[in-house]
Amino acid sequence: MSVQQPVIKCDAVYKVFGENAQKMMRAHNGKVDPQAFAEAGCVVAVNNASFAVQKGEMLVIMGLSGSGKSTLLRCIARLTDTTAGNIFINGVDILAISDKELIQLRRNKMGMVFQSFALLPHKTVLENIAFPLQVKGKSTKESMQRAMDMVELVGLDGRENSFPRQLSGGQQQRVGIARSLAVEPDIWFLDEPFSALDPLIRKEMQDEFLRLQGVLKKTILFVTHDFDEALRLSDRIAIMKDGIIEQLDTTANIVLNPATEYVRKFTAEVPREKVLKIKAVMDPVGDTSDWSELRVPADAIIQTVAEAVIGERKPMAVVDANDKIVGVLHAAKVTHVLFGEKSALENSG
Amino acid sequence: MRHLAQHPKLTQFGLILLAFAILMYMAGDYYDIITHSGTFNKLVASGEIAGATGFFESLRLLLNGTLPPQFVRIPENIVWGLPELINSSLLYLVEDLWKITTVDPVYGFEKNTTVIKEFTRGLAGIILVMINFIREFILGGTKTIASVMGWDFIRDTKASWPALPWPAVAGGAFLLGYSLNGMKLALLAFIPTVYIAIFGQWIPAMETLSFILVAAPVSVIIGLSLGVLAYKVRTVELFLTPLLNVAQTLPHFSYLVPVVTFYGVGDQAGAIATIIFATPPMIRLTILGLKQVPPETLEAGMMSGCSKRQLLFKVHIPTARQDMLLGVNQVIMQCLAMAVIASFIGATGLGYDLVVALNSLRIGVALELGISIVLIAIVLDKLSLAWANKSVDYLAELPFHVRHKHSLMFLAILALSIIVATVVPHISEFWGQMFYLIPENQGFSTDVWWDKLVKWVVVEFRSYFQIFNTFMLVSVLIPMRDAFLAMPVVATFTLVMGVGYMVGGIKSSLVVGGFLLFIAASQWWDEALITMYMTTFAVVASVIIGLTVGVLAARNTTATKILLIICDTFQTLPSFVYLIPVIMLFGVNDVSVLIAVIMYAVIPCTRYTIEGLRNVPPSILDAGDMSGVTKWQRLIKIEMPLAFPHIMLGINQTVVFALFMVIIGAFIGTEDLGRLIMGTLSKANAMGNGLTLGLCVAFIGLAIDHLIHTWADKRKKILGIA
Repeated sequence: MSVQQPVIKCDAVYKVFGENAQKMMRAHNGKVDPQAFAEAGCVVAVNNASFAVQKGEMLVIMGLSGSGKSTLLRCIARLTDTTAGNIFINGVDILAISDKELIQLRRNKMGMVFQSFALLPHKTVLENIAFPLQVKGKSTKESMQRAMDMVELVGLDGRENSFPRQLSGGQQQRVGIARSLAVEPDIWFLDEPFSALDPLIRKEMQDEFLRLQGVLKKTILFVTHDFDEALRLSDRIAIMKDGIIEQLDTTANIVLNPATEYVRKFTAEVPREKVLKIKAVMDPVGDTSDWSELRVPADAIIQTVAEAVIGERKPMAVVDANDKIVGVLHAAKVTHVLFGEKSALENSG
Repeated sequence: MRHLAQHPKLTQFGLILLAFAILMYMAGDYYDIITHSGTFNKLVASGEIAGATGFFESLRLLLNGTLPPQFVRIPENIVWGLPELINSSLLYLVEDLWKITTVDPVYGFEKNTTVIKEFTRGLAGIILVMINFIREFILGGTKTIASVMGWDFIRDTKASWPALPWPAVAGGAFLLGYSLNGMKLALLAFIPTVYIAIFGQWIPAMETLSFILVAAPVSVIIGLSLGVLAYKVRTVELFLTPLLNVAQTLPHFSYLVPVVTFYGVGDQAGAIATIIFATPPMIRLTILGLKQVPPETLEAGMMSGCSKRQLLFKVHIPTARQDMLLGVNQVIMQCLAMAVIASFIGATGLGYDLVVALNSLRIGVALELGISIVLIAIVLDKLSLAWANKSVDYLAELPFHVRHKHSLMFLAILALSIIVATVVPHISEFWGQMFYLIPENQGFSTDVWWDKLVKWVVVEFRSYFQIFNTFMLVSVLIPMRDAFLAMPVVATFTLVMGVGYMVGGIKSSLVVGGFLLFIAASQWWDEALITMYMTTFAVVASVIIGLTVGVLAARNTTATKILLIICDTFQTLPSFVYLIPVIMLFGVNDVSVLIAVIMYAVIPCTRYTIEGLRNVPPSILDAGDMSGVTKWQRLIKIEMPLAFPHIMLGINQTVVFALFMVIIGAFIGTEDLGRLIMGTLSKANAMGNGLTLGLCVAFIGLAIDHLIHTWADKRKKILGIA
């Protein structure tokens, strides 16, 4: 079996803003030094981004404002032109395709949610959701029926004839989500979808998002400036700063082994037990014979099982969703996560 | 000294005033000549005084403390030839360029003509057919349809499409309003229709309506297309902007004659003049709206898979519609404002009747006609707004008769009213007319009461008005006019360019200087000064009244609401209507012109003052209250400074309104540019004069507009409310 083709693949992607961006790129032979570019009046928004996202996988791109995360997303959606590099969607070089093909790609494969919701003010909820279908040329009846299904999916029943201005922020973003999903896209782009919402609504929408993703299993690129949100939603995070991807790794690795000082600053205050799953601290199955009675799910967040696990002397079996043993858990590891270096008993136990 | 150094602007202004005063003084013996409008040029022409002196002679005069004549008034120069140049170029375009021979379609003889003339006349023909088509549909007749379709048999059989009975139209208006936005709009459409019918204005009102139903959509479509084009192509925008600026400040009367030259006389010429006038705001608001669409909305459209066309028509334009609807509203208002002016070049309808009523001093009739115009404007505006905001229920699956219930009801009303209109005349001729078309002499009129009221006021108060008139003329207006005329041209330039420098540096100084130079170099500087004096007086008075009323009203929510409604109504009233009461009460002189101007120009100032004050962020007011300010301090130290940039834009509008009205004041009788512009209307080959005079007026407006906008932009930037 051949290696599965990634749905999204970026290969040394650069985005430089400024009038003489192309000239600078050629003059510097593709080597980008932000300092030199800034002097020439150029801003390097994305600097040598390379990564791949597999089918059904979700990657969160996290960075503070001005880090280039939204620009990177827009390069992949081809909303902005990339200065250099290659971007492949399902193996197709999207920088090379014609406008017509691009429109077809967006009509059938892509959906996007925006920070400011970007709903059409003159259309009702239903019309907004049906918009991508109507643009595609679907009949009014068919698009409205599909749109009604989407209204139900995002829980806006009864509001379908309201105008965006009559809805709360959270409701508007539900419309945005429904619209982006109306064409059943393979790839789902979300650009800071919850950043404009109040904290409580944001939490609610994150739960809603996880529920939807559990059902739909899309390939997702999710941009956020909120590190907690990134941790909550995804297994894989890319942290960006000044256009450079500082670290792209699993949540566990980012929290446990930050690659740079910048990443460490984000992870320092993170309560690990609330973030890490058991599989992040388990050991490979060795020749253990004296098993504990307790079996721990690999995907459980440490905090949720800590109380039961911590008193256990014998090594515990870690099992996956099919109850297959995938590793061994020692209580000491959990203790370490819970209390860190402060635990005076760590090595004496 | 330290005080002056701390206030550089004040010092600058002081120096400018000082220079101005010295230059005024240096006019010397010329004072007596230049204070009589037009005398200087006359004397130069007759050789009694020199128009200009040589370099050394000028130097000698300057050293003696008097100005050489070319510094007092600019002598004859190439600008004097501009009107003739414009005139002959336009005539060349219509009469001589690209000559062809065509065959007259009706009479069959050959005639010499030019391509441009054929094109413009053809265009005029199309517009005329459209207007007449709507007119005949409502008011009856088959001539247009027969001649367009070539249905000779109609002429032969003398069959005729009957006029729609007015109850049918009123019922239609009611149903249209109801189906668009419920009972409130239905009544809003219904009541004015009834008013127009029973006041016997049905025929002229429908003529005006047919005229607007052509002019307004054409203006909107042209405005929208040009706006989109300007948004897409930067060069087009750069080219359009100065044209729009001039078009919006050019007095209407100045381009009526060119329109007649190109398009002939009649409804079509009126419609074209209206389109020229109504399109600029639509273009402007379209560009503004398109620019204000958030980029994310466009991205959402692209990600939904829109093609370029879909993105423009389904996302970009609809999202910008708030501004564009404002543009449509402006177009409708401008069209009705032009309804009166267009009657000068042959447009029929309410406007024509209004001018006739005005000429025969029938105040009541004129007022009723004016109200009809306002009502048509309001109804069209509200209906178009509701139509644009209409929503559709997609999920409801309704049977045919429910889905089309309003159309069916209209058909029923139509049938019923036609039956009534045919049956009733057999019973009573009077009532037959009442249910069909109420002729002008049969309708209600409040004319008699108004006549009585005016007569009573005149008899009782005439002497007081006379005293007021005389006082104003002798003690205020004539001295002020003389002061304006007494300015040697260098003094005017020093003052205006100096203020320009204070407001916006060298650039602004040169811009306003350039505008002024054009006017000063023309042969109408004296008349322009009179226009400026009248405008200045009116603006100062309007600003004082507007600010006071605005400040008082803004304190109270109810007062604000009422005053804004009054502003809306008065702004829609055709400007000619303002002339009626003042002529009746104050007679024919500068005082009555100025009172009319002030009544009209005070509206924007009041409105912007209220808006500016009400839009001061409440948090800042709270902060002020917590600092313990008194009400007075709050107004002077917090509200006014923050609201002032917005108020300044209102004052800008006041200036434009005042200029327009001063020109229209020529209808009463003035000695300024307006009188000259009116004069061109009745002269053959006066196109060049009309346009050049129009440009003079426009440049006065643009110079002030430039100063105020530069100042307000700067100020807003400083306050961080740009």
